[in-house]
Amino acid sequence: MKTLTILKYQWKDLFRGKWIIGYALIYWLISDALIRFGGAGPKAMLSISNIMLLLVPLVGMIYGSLYLYQSREFTKLLLVQPLNRKTIFWGLYGGLAIPLAAAFTFGVTVPMVYSGMLFSMAVHSILMILVLGIILSFLFTGIGFWIGLKYFEDRIKGLGFALVGWLFLAILYDGLVLLAIFILGDYPIEKPMLAMSMLNPIDLARIIVLLEFDISALMGYTGAVFNRFFGSSLGIVVASLSLISWTLVPLLRGTSRFKKMDL
Amino acid sequence: MKYLKFILPILGILMSMPVQAQLVEISPNGEINSIQQGINLAAPYDTLIIQKGKYKEHDIEVNKPLTIIGEDYPIIDGDRQGFIIIITSDDVTLKGIEVQHASTSFMEDYAGILVDQTKNTLIEDVRLVDNFFGIYVAESEGTRIRNNYLSASGERETSSGNGIHLWYSKDAHIEGNYVRGHRDGLYFEFVDGATIRNNVSEENIRYGIHFMYSDNCTYIGNTFRDNGGGVAVMYTNNVNIIGNSFEDNWGSSAYGLLLKEINRSKIEDNTFANNSVGLYIEATSRNTVKRNTFSQNGWAIKLMANSTDNVFSGNSFVANTFELVTNSRQNFNTFTGNYWSAYEGYDLDRDGIGDVPHHPVRLFSVLVERQPQSLLLLRSLLIDMLDAAEKFMPVLTPETLYDPKPLMTQAP
Repeated sequence: MKTLTILKYQWKDLFRGKWIIGYALIYWLISDALIRFGGAGPKAMLSISNIMLLLVPLVGMIYGSLYLYQSREFTKLLLVQPLNRKTIFWGLYGGLAIPLAAAFTFGVTVPMVYSGMLFSMAVHSILMILVLGIILSFLFTGIGFWIGLKYFEDRIKGLGFALVGWLFLAILYDGLVLLAIFILGDYPIEKPMLAMSMLNPIDLARIIVLLEFDISALMGYTGAVFNRFFGSSLGIVVASLSLISWTLVPLLRGTSRFKKMDL
Repeated sequence: MKYLKFILPILGILMSMPVQAQLVEISPNGEINSIQQGINLAAPYDTLIIQKGKYKEHDIEVNKPLTIIGEDYPIIDGDRQGFIIIITSDDVTLKGIEVQHASTSFMEDYAGILVDQTKNTLIEDVRLVDNFFGIYVAESEGTRIRNNYLSASGERETSSGNGIHLWYSKDAHIEGNYVRGHRDGLYFEFVDGATIRNNVSEENIRYGIHFMYSDNCTYIGNTFRDNGGGVAVMYTNNVNIIGNSFEDNWGSSAYGLLLKEINRSKIEDNTFANNSVGLYIEATSRNTVKRNTFSQNGWAIKLMANSTDNVFSGNSFVANTFELVTNSRQNFNTFTGNYWSAYEGYDLDRDGIGDVPHHPVRLFSVLVERQPQSLLLLRSLLIDMLDAAEKFMPVLTPETLYDPKPLMTQAP
């Protein structure tokens, strides 16, 4: 209950900052442009999911850590109140992650509604993009929070780690995978590759998008290993477990740190 | 003499009598209860009516010109012993019957209906269920096969036969048939001048249509869906493939349409959707590929470098994973005036044609050709960056393969 009160105050604060509105507007504008110029078909859906894979992790991670620095006074004020730290932590986290996820959902859905795309495209592909975006928002805000708490006194370091972390997961990691493929391509490396993609939440989300939109190409791959794995119930369970642990581990590390922190 | 004008017409009628067909009725409980018996009794150009019921017969030989009509689809069951109906005479018409259970064999091509060295055979409105080969036409001319339903439930290539199989035949018309579950839905070898129109061939084990050494044939408006290997057309000149639809052929060796050594042919107004590879082209020259739509295929076109002088124009490439791949840095074909949904150029003079050329071959497709596993990195930011760099300065992709006049909007 107390967590909800914190949430409420934070949302007021966020809306006063207008930042979150701008964030929703960005998605609105991009989706509108993509649908307007790409047609309300699979092409626009693909571009929207590409934007989602790019922007959501970046914003979640950077804003997650920045927000803690920004609301340092608010946090200190809360700590004076008779509240336990766990409540405060979840209040702060929910106060940011929920609006970020909502802004994404709102910004992407509205153009789909008035362009009629919501009714013309397959429901499951739209739902998949929205759910993935929401999961990634929560996941990367969590990681951002953890980094922010870890370097609570050193903002530059925190921000730097958030940026580098994003760069690593979004680009460098794939570079390493590509390198591994070209060095070890003669060996049966499909399974290690599956494991590697499980370890990176952006890659995992990207592969789920692939399974939806590029299934024809994936089926053309000899043996269709990836498709068979992700299509199986084992694949779904492992993928969900990976996403859940990517969300929970940073958050749990964050709470335990927040509880012990000397503020 | 004045009665002559009355007598002459009567004489005329009398003289025409023997030519007029007799009706021979066959029914399970009637006087004539076997089809072979009916055929033996009938005179040439008679009509046989087969009443509703089940007839256990095989190797029925139609050796005189007859019209055989079934009422309410009488079932002729071959009980897996040899052929069921063998047509060896010209001018035979077969209508409205159901033919079941021809024998399966590794040595003989047993068929539900065998048309052997005849002219003007018409097979219409016949149901062929669970046969090894469905309709087998050999060395015949002017065969018309219309509105038939062929279904089999073969599981392996070796133990199932083709739906409609033509061999050394001329001027066949194959129209409005539905074929499923055979090895190849339609199979043509050494056929000349056939017209194949509005057929549906789906869920066959190997190819929807398999077509070799068959010049001057035309396919219009057929649908080939979800076949093991798609459609294969080989070693043929002058074919028209117009307005067909190739859909849902998935697999590592599945092609919407595979062209191998096809020359001087037209591939126009077709739809290729949801195939692993939409159009595969090998050793194929001087063809026109016009106004086709390629949508949501893995690879819209795979063009091998031994294909030359083909013209690709007015096609629409929409939301394919890869628009075009080739295995060489040389290009001997022409691409012009196509719509490419991956085109990123602009149109300042607003004439509907993009101002910068479009290079449809991506660096990533070259990488995937070399190391198929890297397909897993599709849509990664890293890959998009590599593609952009390659587009700026081509190193691995064919520099001369581009569309100088890409359309800004999809042709209607």
